[in-house]
Amino acid sequence: MKKVLYRHLFSKVLGLTLLLFSTSFYAQEEAEATTDAAAEQTAEAVGGDPVKGKQLFNQNCAACHALDRKMTGPALANVETRLAEDEGLDKEWIYAWVKNSPGVISSGDAYANKIYDEYNQAAMTPFPTLSNQDIDDILAYTAAPPPAPAATTAATPAGESTGSSSGISNEMILGALALVFGLLVIMLILVNKTLRRIAEANGVVLEKEKEKRLPIWKAFAQNQFLVLVSVVFLLLASAYFAYGYLMQVGVDQGYAPVQPIHFSHKIHAGDNNVDCKYCHSSARVSKTSGIPSLNVCMNCHKSIYEYAGNPEGPSAEDLANGYTNDFYTGEIKKLYKAVGWDEENQSYTGETQPVEWVRIHNLPDFAYFNHSQHVSVAGVECQTCHGPVEEMEIMYQHAPLTMGWCINCHRETNVKVQGNEYYEAIHEELSKKYGVEELTAAMMGGLECGKCHY
Amino acid sequence: MASNKKYWKSEAELNPNDSIVEALRNNEFTEEIPVDEFLGDKENLSSSNTSRRDFLKYVGFSTAAATVAACEGPVHKSIPYVVQPDNIVPGVANYYATTIADGFDFASILVKTREGRPIKIENNTDAKVNGGANARVQASVLTLYDSKRVQGPMANGEPVEWKVLDATVKAKLNALKGSNKQVVLLTQTYASPSTTKLISEFKAAYGDNVNHVVYDAISEDAALNAYSKAYGERALADYDFEKAELIVSFGADFLGDWQGGGYDSGYAKGRVPKNGKMSRHVQLESNMSLTGANADKRYPMTPTQQKIALAKLYGKLNGSSVGGGTSDVDEAVDRVAAEIKKAGSKAVVVSGLNDENAQTVVLAINKLLASEAFDPEKPKYVRQGDAAKVSKLIADMNAGRVGALIMDGVNPAYTLPNAEEFLSGLEQVDVSVDFAYTNDETAQASNYVAAASHYLESWGDAQFKKGEYSLMQPAIRELFDTKQFQTALLTWMGVEKTYYEYIKETWSADILQGGSWNKALQDGVYVAPAMMVEDGEATTTQVDSEEEQPEIVPIASAVRSLVNATSSGTELVLYSKVGMGDGRQANNPWLQEFPDPISRVSWDNYVTVSKADAESWGLENTIEADGGVNGSYVKLTVDGKVLENVPVIIQPGQAVGTVGLSFGYGKKAGMQEEMATGVNAYTLYSNFSDVQSVTVEKLGGEHEFACIQSHKTLMGRGDIIKETTLEIFNTKDHEEWNPMPHVSLNHNEIPVTSPDADLWEEFDRSIGHHFNLSIDLNACTGCGACVIACHAENNVPVVGKREMRRSRDMHWLRIDRYYSSEETFEEDNEKKEEMEGLWGDKGSLGGFREMEDPSANPQVAFQPVMCQHCNHAPCETVCPVAATSHSRQGQNHMAYNRCVGTRYCANNCPYKVRRFNWFLYSNNDEFDFNMNNDLGKMVINPDVNVRSRGVMEKCSMCIQMTQKTILDAKRDGRVIKDGEFQTACSAACSSGAMVFGDINDHDSKVAELKEDDRMYHLLEHVGTKPNVFYHVKVRNTNEA
Repeated sequence: MKKVLYRHLFSKVLGLTLLLFSTSFYAQEEAEATTDAAAEQTAEAVGGDPVKGKQLFNQNCAACHALDRKMTGPALANVETRLAEDEGLDKEWIYAWVKNSPGVISSGDAYANKIYDEYNQAAMTPFPTLSNQDIDDILAYTAAPPPAPAATTAATPAGESTGSSSGISNEMILGALALVFGLLVIMLILVNKTLRRIAEANGVVLEKEKEKRLPIWKAFAQNQFLVLVSVVFLLLASAYFAYGYLMQVGVDQGYAPVQPIHFSHKIHAGDNNVDCKYCHSSARVSKTSGIPSLNVCMNCHKSIYEYAGNPEGPSAEDLANGYTNDFYTGEIKKLYKAVGWDEENQSYTGETQPVEWVRIHNLPDFAYFNHSQHVSVAGVECQTCHGPVEEMEIMYQHAPLTMGWCINCHRETNVKVQGNEYYEAIHEELSKKYGVEELTAAMMGGLECGKCHY
Repeated sequence: MASNKKYWKSEAELNPNDSIVEALRNNEFTEEIPVDEFLGDKENLSSSNTSRRDFLKYVGFSTAAATVAACEGPVHKSIPYVVQPDNIVPGVANYYATTIADGFDFASILVKTREGRPIKIENNTDAKVNGGANARVQASVLTLYDSKRVQGPMANGEPVEWKVLDATVKAKLNALKGSNKQVVLLTQTYASPSTTKLISEFKAAYGDNVNHVVYDAISEDAALNAYSKAYGERALADYDFEKAELIVSFGADFLGDWQGGGYDSGYAKGRVPKNGKMSRHVQLESNMSLTGANADKRYPMTPTQQKIALAKLYGKLNGSSVGGGTSDVDEAVDRVAAEIKKAGSKAVVVSGLNDENAQTVVLAINKLLASEAFDPEKPKYVRQGDAAKVSKLIADMNAGRVGALIMDGVNPAYTLPNAEEFLSGLEQVDVSVDFAYTNDETAQASNYVAAASHYLESWGDAQFKKGEYSLMQPAIRELFDTKQFQTALLTWMGVEKTYYEYIKETWSADILQGGSWNKALQDGVYVAPAMMVEDGEATTTQVDSEEEQPEIVPIASAVRSLVNATSSGTELVLYSKVGMGDGRQANNPWLQEFPDPISRVSWDNYVTVSKADAESWGLENTIEADGGVNGSYVKLTVDGKVLENVPVIIQPGQAVGTVGLSFGYGKKAGMQEEMATGVNAYTLYSNFSDVQSVTVEKLGGEHEFACIQSHKTLMGRGDIIKETTLEIFNTKDHEEWNPMPHVSLNHNEIPVTSPDADLWEEFDRSIGHHFNLSIDLNACTGCGACVIACHAENNVPVVGKREMRRSRDMHWLRIDRYYSSEETFEEDNEKKEEMEGLWGDKGSLGGFREMEDPSANPQVAFQPVMCQHCNHAPCETVCPVAATSHSRQGQNHMAYNRCVGTRYCANNCPYKVRRFNWFLYSNNDEFDFNMNNDLGKMVINPDVNVRSRGVMEKCSMCIQMTQKTILDAKRDGRVIKDGEFQTACSAACSSGAMVFGDINDHDSKVAELKEDDRMYHLLEHVGTKPNVFYHVKVRNTNEA
C-alpha cells in the first residue's frame, strides 16, 4: 500500500531534516542579513524608502512584475539604472509611464512602444494615484538586489544514507534495555540460590507446601458453569472483534495516498484562506465537487511562481518533513509542466499533461451522493464531512463514508428550511404532523432507500 | 365487469387442442426442468475427476482468495480537465437543440449531453412540425457510438488522409469540367436550404455536367409526382389530423413512416374524447400496420381493392359514376362515402398507395371536400427522391457516361432492387466517392470512402415544411477523422469557409430576415412569419392559375386506370417497421431488440400471412415449450427474383391474398454479426413499387423467433384493458363502462378501494410529492418511443436474440398488444353471456374459438406496462432482505446493492414487470452489444447504476429525474411548477398519452386526470393501489 511506503519515507525525511536543520537555518539568516544591508545602502543613494517601497510594490506591482524575472511585465530589479544606462531614459520618463502608460505609448515614444509590443500589446494599468515619492520608494526597493534564494537546497535530495540513523538507535536502546533486564533476572536467580544455600547451611528449614491443592486450571475445568460462561464470553468477544474487523473492510478512513503533485490544503485553505468553493466550484451546482481544472490553479499561480512561506521561514515541523520553500516551489513547477506554462516567455506552450490525481473519497457506484444538495441547499460546511482540511498538509479521508455514517447524520441534522420557498408548504404540514418545529432529514424521507440507491 | 371480452395475444393460443398453450397459461415452464439429466446419471457423476471434496476445496479456497483480494481497495484516478470548458460543469447535463435529418427520419430534437457526451435524445417541444422523436430517433444517439463506424477516409480499402482524398477528387472534378461525362451527386433527401444552395453553387463551379440525384431508399415518388403535377412543386402535402373528425386512410401508415411520419401527435390529440367528441378513423389496408391497429374501423383489402375502392369513392363524392372494377368493395365504399359526406370538410382522406393515380385522386378528394386537415399550401419537403432519375443514373453509369459519382447518406448497393446493375455501373465510373457511416455494401465497392460524420457531430439546417426551419448543431466534436459531406463540398469548391459559416450566411441572407441567429440556434427551430405569409400567398396564386383548367382531364384518366387495376395472384406489400425504418440504423442493438408493436417480434423480419392463406399454404406458427414462437419458412419469388428462407408470422388482420415483408433487414456489410438479421426485402422492390406480385412456396424447417408476445401473459386475469364505445361513453354512467371492482366483506359487497377492504394501514402520502403516471389508452398509438427512451435513460441492457426468446428481455417498459375478436364490443359480450358450460354449441371452449377466428378482422389495443408502483406492493412483502420498499413519494424503490436475487418479488408481482439479471450484461463477450465496448459505453447515463448479475431490476419511475427536479427547485428556493416532473417515457411521449406529475399538487394535470371518469387501475381488484393509472379506451364506432 502506498500510504505505508509513504510513512516510511516520512520518518526518514524527518530524521534527515533534523540533522540538517541547524546548518541551513544559519545559512538563511546570513543571506537575509546581507540583503538587508545592501538595501539600506542603495536606499540612501536613491532617496526613496525601500521598506515603504516593498509594501507599495507588493500592493500595486507584484501581480504583474517580479524583481528578477519576466512575468506579465518585465523584471524590475534595478530598473532605474537599467533604463538610464541602456535607453537613456530618466526618472521623469518612469513617472510618466507609471502614471499613464497608454498615454506614453500613444505619444509615439519609441521605447514605450517597443515594450508594449514585446509584451503582447498588453498595456500596463495606469497608476495616477501614485505620487512621485511613492514611485521613488518603489524604485528604491527595486534597486536593492533581489534576495538570494535561501540556501536550503540540500534539504531534500541529500542522502538517504544518513537518514536511517534514528531507527537503528531506537533498536539499540531497546536491545540494551532487554540486556539489562536479562542480567537483572539472572542476578535475582543467583541471589535466590545463594540465599537458599545460606539458609540450608544455617539449618533454617524452609516451609514446604503442606498439601497439594487442586491446580487452578483443573478446578476451572471441573466447574462446568464457569467453563460455559467463559466459552460464551470468548465466543462473544471473538465475534465482536471479527465483526469489527469485517466492518472496516472497504472503509478507507484516513486514506492519504501520495499524489502526483504535493498539494497542501493547509497552505491554500488554511494559511491563505482560499475558499473551498473557489476551486471546487461545482460543489455548488453539481453532484461532484469537481477536482479543479488546471486553469483554475493558474488563475493565481500565473503570478505565484514560488513559495515564499511564512515570513519567519519554514517551521521546524515543516523542515522536518522536507517541506522547504524550494520543495513547494518545485511542486509549482510541476503544475507549470502539466499545464504547459512557459515561465520564460510567460505563455502557454500547448503541451499539456493532465494530472492524474489519486481519488481519495470513493463512494461505491450504487450510492448516489450530490454535493449541491448538501453544500448549497443544506448549507453544510465542507469540514463536516471532510474534516479539518485547512490543517491538512496531506489530504486524507476524514469520515468513514459508510452508510451508517450517512444515516446518522440524516437522523440528527435539522433541515435548513428557512428562506427556501420550496420547503414552505412541506415544512408547515410536516411540523403539524410531527408536532415539532425543526425537522430532520429523516422526517423528510431522507432515509428511504431509493433516495440514494438507483 | 365492463368487458367480458376475451383477449388473446397469439393465434396459437386459440387452438384448444394445443396443450402447451394451456400449460403456459398456468406455468412458467411447460416441461419439467431436466435436472435428472445431469444428477440422475450416477455413473457419470462418480467417474468425474473432481470429487465432491475437491470441489469444496476449490470453492473454499477461491472464496478465501476473493475475500483477501477484496480487502485491498483499488486505486482510482481522477483526471480533471487541463482547461475546463466554460459551459461544462462535471455532473451537470447540458441540452442542445438540434435536428436529425438523416434522409429517413426528420425531427427537431434536444440532445442531453453529460461531460460533453450526448447520452439522450428528447423532444423539442418548441417545434411545431416533427418535434417528436420516434423510436429510431431516440435510438440514434447509440448509433453515434457504433463500433462499426468508418473511422477515417479510405482509398480502395486502405486508409488515406483527407488531404489526399480531397486533392484526388478536386483534380478529377477539374478534369471533368466541360467534358461530356457527368459528375453526379447521389444523395439522401436533405430538406436543407443551405445544402440546396451549396449544391447549386457546386454546380456553378464545376459546370453543367454536374447532376444532383436525390434517392430515397423507400420511395414516395408517386405522392411527390402527384403533388408536383397538381401544385407545381415537388413536395408532399401536409395534413393536420387534429383538425379532422373523420380520417379515411387507404393503406397510409401515417403513425409509422408514411411520407416521413411525424403525424402521431396531431392524430392523438383528436383521439381523446373531449366534450363527447373524438375523431373517427377508418383504415383500408392490407398489412396490419400501426395505424390500422389504432383505427376504429379497419377493412382488410388488397392494394388492388384499395385502388378500386378509392376510385369508386371519388366517383361517389364527385357524383359521377365510376364503372368497372370488382364489386366486392362496394359495401365498404358506400359506408365510407356516407361517413365522408356527413363529415364534409372535417373529413380527410390519405393514401399510402405508391401509385401516382391514387395520390392524384386523394389530392383531388381533399380539395373537393375542402378538408380542413389538408394543407397543400405549405407542403413538406422530407422526401424528395426521384426514382426516374435514379434509374436513369444507373443506365448512364453502365453506359460509361458518368465520370464521378459522389454519394452521401445512401447505400444503393443494399437498398436498390437492381443492386448488381448498380455495382457493375459503379465499375464504369472513373471515380466514386461514398460518404459512408459504416463500411457498407456501397462503401466497399467505391474507390474512396469518405468517413461521414454523425448528425450529432455536424452542422446543418432543414426545412421540413414550408416556412418551418430548424437548425442542426454538433453536440460533440467528431469522434473520429470524419467529415460531413457539405464541408467536403466546400473544400472541393476551394471555399475557405466552414459549413457553419456558410449556414450562418445563408440564414442571415435568406431566412432570418432580421431574426436572431443565436435565438434560432438555441431554440433549434425558426419560423419567419413575414416570409411565410408572403410565400404562402405567392404559392396560392400561382397554384390557382396553373391548376384550374388541367385538373379535370388527368383526374378522369387517373380514376379510370385505378378502377381497372388488376392483380395476378398474391400481392406482396413491402413496408417499413417502426423499429428499423429503412435499415440505416440496423447496427443499433436497441432497435434490433425493440419488439415490433404489432407482431411483438424482435431481431427479425418475416413475411406476414393471413390465417386463411397460411392454412391453404400449410404454414404455421407454433409455441414451443419455453414460450418461444416458431414459424415455417417460405420462398418468395417476385418476377424471377427469389428470397429464400423467409420466416412466416401468421398475422391476424392481414388481408387475404396479400403478404407483407418489411424493409431494413438482411444487411450484411458493415454490421456486427449479431445484428445481421433477417432477409433483404429491397431485392424485391422492383421499380420502387411496394406492391409486387409474388409466389409463396413452403420450405422445410422452422424458424425460431425472438417473440415476446406469448410471454408474461397475465395468467388469465381479466380486466386488464378496459374499453368502451363512444356511444356508451357519452350516454351511460361511468359505473357502467368503468365499474369499480367489488370484494366481499362479511358477505357484503364493498368497493375494493374502501379502507375496510385493506389488510394494510394506509401510509400518509398527503405531504410532499406523490407521483402518479397517467396513461391514456386512447392517445397511445403504440409507437414505442418510450421503450427506447427508457432504454437510454435507465441503462437497460441489451440481451440478444437468444435471451429474448427465453423471455429474459430487460425492457423496464413494455407495450402489450392485445387483439380482440369482434368488430364491435357488444357482439363479443353477447356471445360471451350466452355461453353455457364448456362443450356444445354454446360451450365456452367452442365459443371462444368461434369468437376468435383469426381470419376475421381483429381489433387491437396497446397498453404500455411498467412497474405500477403500488402503494400496497405485493413485491415488498415477500422480499427477504427488504431490498424493495415503498417511498412516501409514491415510488417503489429497488436497492440493487441489497438484492440477493431470490426472485420472490417477480413471482409475486401481478403485473410481471420485474426483470432479473440472469447474466452480467456489461463487459461480457457473450453479450457483445454496446455495454461491451468503450465506444458504446459512452451512452450510459452516469446517474443510473449499471446492474450486475443476480439482481432484480424494474422501472424506478425515473427517480433520478424526479430527484433532480426537486433538487433544482430547492437550490433555486422555489415551488415546483406542474409539468416539471417528468419520466423518460412521459417526456418521450409526443402523443401526450403519458402524463406524469405530482397529485398532491391539486392543480396539476395529472391530478385532474386521476379524477377523470375514464381512470382505472390495472387489476384494481387485487387491491395493490398502483400509482400508475390508465384511461379506458374509447372507440368511436358511430357510423354515419
